[in-house]
Amino acid sequence: MVEVQFRFRDDEAVNDPAVTVGTFAEQTNATAVRIEPGDDARDLIPYLDRLRLIEVNFPAWTDGRGYSSARVLREAGFDGELRAVGDVVIDMLSHLKRCGFDAFAPDHALNPADAEAAFARWDNVYQATADGRKPVWALRHQS
Amino acid sequence: MYKYDQYDQQMVDTRVAEFRDQVRRRLDGDLTEDQFRPLRLQNGLYLQLHAYMLRVAVPYGTLNSAQMTMLGDIADKYDRGYGHFTTRQNIQYNWIKLEDTPDILADLASVEMHAIQTSGNCIRNISSDQYAGAAADEIVDPRPYAELLRQWSSFHPEFLTLPRKFKIAVIASETDRAAMKLHDIGIKMVRNDAGEIGAQFYVGGGMGRTPMIGPMIREFVPLDQLITYSEACLRVYNRYGRRDNKYKARIKILVHELGKEEYTRQVEEEFRHLLSQGVEPPLAELERIGQYFADPAYETGLSDELDLSDPDFRLWVERNCHAHKQAGYIIATVSLKPVGGIPGDASADQIRLMARIAKDYSFDELRVTHAQNIVFPHIRKVDLYAIWQKLDEAGLGTANLDTVGDIIACPGLDYCSLANARSIPVAQKISERFGSPQKQAELGELKLKISGCINACGHHHAGHIGILGVDRKGVENYQLLLGGCEGADTSLGKITGPGFDEDGIVDAVEKATKVYLANKQGEERFLDTYRRIGMEPFKEAIYG
Repeated sequence: MVEVQFRFRDDEAVNDPAVTVGTFAEQTNATAVRIEPGDDARDLIPYLDRLRLIEVNFPAWTDGRGYSSARVLREAGFDGELRAVGDVVIDMLSHLKRCGFDAFAPDHALNPADAEAAFARWDNVYQATADGRKPVWALRHQS
Repeated sequence: MYKYDQYDQQMVDTRVAEFRDQVRRRLDGDLTEDQFRPLRLQNGLYLQLHAYMLRVAVPYGTLNSAQMTMLGDIADKYDRGYGHFTTRQNIQYNWIKLEDTPDILADLASVEMHAIQTSGNCIRNISSDQYAGAAADEIVDPRPYAELLRQWSSFHPEFLTLPRKFKIAVIASETDRAAMKLHDIGIKMVRNDAGEIGAQFYVGGGMGRTPMIGPMIREFVPLDQLITYSEACLRVYNRYGRRDNKYKARIKILVHELGKEEYTRQVEEEFRHLLSQGVEPPLAELERIGQYFADPAYETGLSDELDLSDPDFRLWVERNCHAHKQAGYIIATVSLKPVGGIPGDASADQIRLMARIAKDYSFDELRVTHAQNIVFPHIRKVDLYAIWQKLDEAGLGTANLDTVGDIIACPGLDYCSLANARSIPVAQKISERFGSPQKQAELGELKLKISGCINACGHHHAGHIGILGVDRKGVENYQLLLGGCEGADTSLGKITGPGFDEDGIVDAVEKATKVYLANKQGEERFLDTYRRIGMEPFKEAIYG
């Protein structure tokens, strides 16, 4: 099992083994699932309350479907651990976090100093997303 | 025009720091070229045949004189004294060193410019009508909506690794000067029966190897749902656009394969969901942006008279100037297509001269057109002759807008690593063959566009005459297309038949123009005659 290198949650670490979306429907006791790029995250929406962990796999970091999967799940109310796994690189970190990921398990451990700089890179953001940060347009018009 | 506030400035400054860090990691060997490529591409940095090429964003084609001056200075300082204006209203430099790029970006940031998302599989620079805010025929200035979309699309975390590049254009008049229906999303600002402004969405157009005209999927999106609707269009594409074959990865293929109705249904479903997610900026934000695009302080009571006694000036006014909405003013276009020149190229001195003219005579504004020319949007007619003289002295007085000499051409095999054939020498030969003012006058409006490969950066599908360079068994070969058009009546050109060598294609173009002149009725343009008489007479003349 790949190690979680960065985690932004206060609750206890989740180590439940993740099953595929295909087998998840049959395993009514599974509490962790792994989404591949071709899976439809919306298929999980009926089961979110029993899930503690959803892993989203990035076989290649340039395949961006996992970002939409993450937002779909957060927008549907999922508040368990959302973990990015696979080809997770430094330059994705802040964008992944903005889409709702709160745990990161890269295939190859990332340089901690570079990763820390990447997470802290953007003081402000232009869009409202699942991370709840106030976008620039909200800051401009707050009364 | 738009001015950055502290937040906008901070965003571009942060990007400079991020990119500087990425270049450091590349130079240190922490990143391989394979790992670095997608990162540098998102910042407009290509590795071409001979050097790095940096593409700088000119959002919706609008520049002020300080920005234009900086573009000239960068050409001198970091390139070989030239800049190349592109078909997406940007500028690119062809001789850049990797280690200089962070400093170039810092120079750009000092005048509120950047190279963010000018390439890569992400939302590219938003393009627009080059006459926005000045044209007599627009219902509203499209640029505030383009700026709203610029901010939304910059570093949008969900849409930075799309299946393929994504181009958006926004227009607001019936005369489409931005090839809107040939974009991944084309937005036309319209007024509904209740008198409200809204956005009409055309999705899935594009050129490239499979050209398609984007179908309309929504007649009217209210202004307070513009971002939400765009986000829905993008999310459906990001989730379901093809990633198995990069030649089938553009949204046009998704819309085509799903069908317009099914794509639209999915977008509408996503849109209804997103309406509750709070992604839309308040209308106050659009109003804030709109204030920057208020009309400049036009003088009133100016004369509309022009002294056209100088015949060369008269020709330039007739060819290169356009009606302004304000009495006493005119829109003037500088052709970057001198006879025998490289389409879209300007020297550092020429760029700075145009900047000075804009500052002194055009309320500090310039525009870049998708036809690779430069516009002074607000010129007092009383100043026009003096301006033309200055331009003419600097080699910028060519009177050939929208004629056969006003060629759109991609950089081709002289620079581009994707090209199969050279575009520039063909453009130069055609421009010389038809260089005389008499020939250009005789042929009237004739849009000729050349691409050096099927990626179609030179818009050959949309040329009244299009030329496509291909590689045929190691030899450059040029195919001829007729009947393309990018305006309100967008159509795609058809290939005439077998291709030609470099001289042969120039001859073939001449034969096509002779068919036009022999068959022309009344005021018909080349395109009108072609549409009336069809391909056959042209084929006979070219191959018979």
